[in-house]
Amino acid sequence: MGKLIIDGIETEAAPSKTVLEVARELGIKIPTLCSHPSLPPYGSCRICVVEAIWKGRSKLHTACTFPAWEGEIRTDSEPVRRLRRNILELMLAEAPEAEDIRALAREFGVEQTRFPVREEKENKKCIMCGLCVRVCQDVVGFAAIGFENRGYRREIAAPFREPSDACTACGACSFVCPTGAIDRRLFAKVEPKPIPSEFDQGTTSRPCIYTPFPQAVPNKPVIDTRNCVYFKNGNCQVCAKVCVPRAVDYEQQDEVLEEEVGAIVVATGFDLFDMKTYGSYGLHRHPDVMSGLDFERLLSASGPTKGEVRRPSDGKVPKRVIFVKCAGSRDAEQGMPYCSKVCCMYSAKHAILYKHRVPDGEALVFYIDVRTAGKDFEEFYKRATDEGVNYVRGKVSKVFRRGDKMVVWGSDTISGRKLEVEADLVVLATAMVPDRSALELARMLKIQHNAHGFFTEAHPKLRPVETATAGFYLAGAAQGPKDIPETVAQASAAASKVLELFSRKELTHDPNVAAVDEDLCSGCGICVDVCPYKARELIERKDGKGWVIKVTEVLCEGCGACSAACPVGACQQANLKDKQIEQMARAGLQD
Amino acid sequence: MADKLKVDSGSRLRFGFYWAASCGGCEIAVLDVNEKILDVVANADILFWPVAMDTKYEDVRAMPDGHMDVCFFNGSIRNSEAKEIAQLLRKKSKVLVAFGSCAHHGCIPGLANLHNRREVFDTAYHREPSLDDSAGTEPKTKTRVKEGDLSLPEFFDHVFPLDRVVDVDYYLPGCPPPVPLILNAVTAIFEGNLPAKGAVLAPVKALCDECARNKHVAKKMPDIRRTWEIQADPEECFLEQGIICMGPATRAGCETRCINGNSPCTGCLGPTPEVTDQGAKMISALGSILKVDAEKEMSEEETKALLDKVKDPVGTFYMYGLASAIINHRRGK
Repeated sequence: MGKLIIDGIETEAAPSKTVLEVARELGIKIPTLCSHPSLPPYGSCRICVVEAIWKGRSKLHTACTFPAWEGEIRTDSEPVRRLRRNILELMLAEAPEAEDIRALAREFGVEQTRFPVREEKENKKCIMCGLCVRVCQDVVGFAAIGFENRGYRREIAAPFREPSDACTACGACSFVCPTGAIDRRLFAKVEPKPIPSEFDQGTTSRPCIYTPFPQAVPNKPVIDTRNCVYFKNGNCQVCAKVCVPRAVDYEQQDEVLEEEVGAIVVATGFDLFDMKTYGSYGLHRHPDVMSGLDFERLLSASGPTKGEVRRPSDGKVPKRVIFVKCAGSRDAEQGMPYCSKVCCMYSAKHAILYKHRVPDGEALVFYIDVRTAGKDFEEFYKRATDEGVNYVRGKVSKVFRRGDKMVVWGSDTISGRKLEVEADLVVLATAMVPDRSALELARMLKIQHNAHGFFTEAHPKLRPVETATAGFYLAGAAQGPKDIPETVAQASAAASKVLELFSRKELTHDPNVAAVDEDLCSGCGICVDVCPYKARELIERKDGKGWVIKVTEVLCEGCGACSAACPVGACQQANLKDKQIEQMARAGLQD
Repeated sequence: MADKLKVDSGSRLRFGFYWAASCGGCEIAVLDVNEKILDVVANADILFWPVAMDTKYEDVRAMPDGHMDVCFFNGSIRNSEAKEIAQLLRKKSKVLVAFGSCAHHGCIPGLANLHNRREVFDTAYHREPSLDDSAGTEPKTKTRVKEGDLSLPEFFDHVFPLDRVVDVDYYLPGCPPPVPLILNAVTAIFEGNLPAKGAVLAPVKALCDECARNKHVAKKMPDIRRTWEIQADPEECFLEQGIICMGPATRAGCETRCINGNSPCTGCLGPTPEVTDQGAKMISALGSILKVDAEKEMSEEETKALLDKVKDPVGTFYMYGLASAIINHRRGK
């Protein structure tokens, strides 16, 4: 194999590649317009033209279509520059309004074109490179646009110049167009539907292949098969084409892994209260009313505004932000009766961070109580007030829009006044509720939970990380609202409990279990599903005459549900038989 | 107990039958024994049987104590007459058997315990539309007429099962007791093979044990339906079809006679040995399986609506057992 010299740099000739590819590998910049990695080279825009010298003869050729044979290539010689200037002049005549072309022309010293502008051409940004047509046809497979007419009348258009159903507004054409010439409204009947980013709480959009969030574990992209073009019509596959290690595999399936384990730590976390019962607060209705979690994203350097506090409706920097605490918490009628515990501190944090980002802004916090029970918490709250965050004691009754402001109606219970405050942004400290998957998991694992769906620990004081079922442990907000330090502490405790369980040579079990009296059991089956621990099953009797319950005693936790359910008293808990309880009741009532 | 049945006069046993507050079905059940009754008669003398023989209370009073070997007593204790005769027969019998559900648990007459004597009289003698109540007549224990004083037994405020007024040796459950159980009991008496005192002369298991329907599954009850609301599948468990069947909480021994007629068990054989209160046990059992898959999502109103589908809770769960239940009559007004 011979040598190839590009701009004086010597390399191996590689005829399977193009000059453009080899030059790019060497870090040599060649301008391109109609090239895209998802499509084979086409050579239509000619801007990548280079001078190829072989055996003393030179010729000009597009780098994107010229194989990297042996010889010499000059990418920036005077003939090349001259030709590119000519090409750019022609492009300026073709697309006089294309800013990208003007900029490129300026790079080559071209300011004016000597050629007449095609006045009758509608799209004055299009250079007719055809990349959009090829992407629509060969990549996404919709073939919704094409070339119309011939020669000097040629243009890019949808059939009959009418928006069509074939176009799904996927945006591939605009994405690849080198001059920003695409007006999708000419092609599509439908509006594009950006896919909201789950991690950014829907404030930004994301592609169909994406890494869920910056610190995702594993930190690898996933494909959204509901929206991906490949999963719709088998086309596109651009991500697979551009991925250098060839890691994209469309055939990969979701896998269900079965593992045998000795213990399970349930850490399903939390969700936000949906605020449906708080219509008057306007969440989901006004873009400038958001949850604390939305505001957290807004403050984040990796968030939708790169950490600048800008309100969603018009992108303005809000000059007054109202934080509403207990939005859904401590409200047995409309929301949740419990305290969500973390909101006081994160609202203080949000208010402080807001003041740092917008020093002339005003932060106002409506609160019922400020609960700062935690190490350094009270000091942090003090810092918030010292830094100028205003705290108003009272509930908010209504949030509504007036002009471009949000108006908050609330009360100040200290001065005894009704308040009406205008704000640019309202942040609700919405209540913490269990993750929506928790209930299903509770049913699957038969772990008890309270009325709100938080998992119940075996003992509120003495066994706070264990469940009533042996081998199941709890960590974090799955068990109840808690902050990060508490969650970490509980998770560490759960991990230690698991290790302690695993380190034992023999496992012990409470003898207070419910057995079955086979002489009484009629095999009705009522107790089987009642047992939360799956300790009971219906089996055929040894003599083949009917059915009887079999109890796996080590699974029984002695909860007594079966004793209550058994209509004949065949299953009764050791030491707590019905007749014993009856005697206890009689003895107790004798006084 | 068997030694109680050793008799004085040759080998012939002396029997007595009596009915207190009952419908008479138990007497028919005795006759349902059919030709087997002849074996009984061949080996026994019936000394007292008001429904079939012309015998008087005076004849019983004249007997020496313990003269009768076995007395079958059916009917519950509704008035002073039933109580007095129960005490008399207790004295004159070696073995007293509470025969049938009324004597055993109070049965249908026991449902009157939802009311007191006043309310029963008002309904029966004053508010009954077919009665002329212009004279306000109602039964009185003593009435003076010109010929002298007339007396009637005292109507009690509440109904009692037999064992609340006298000591009972055995119980033959059922409304009426199933013929096989009667025959077993009589055979055991003749063979001197009776179990320990206080026993219920029926199997210890619940009816599900005898029931041939498909029921060997983890039981769930999808809804509460009444028998007329659906055409019950005769192969499937009633509870699985939403129909309340007292079978799981009721003694076996009837050979599923109601269920064979595609009608759910109403519980006439009473609870199994470990259970004190049949109705409470059944309510507890149903509470454990009724709509368990949906109950977490159900609102309180929906739960109440579901429970309201039990149109007559006492009549459903305590049709036979109210008078012997833990709460055996209505308290207060």
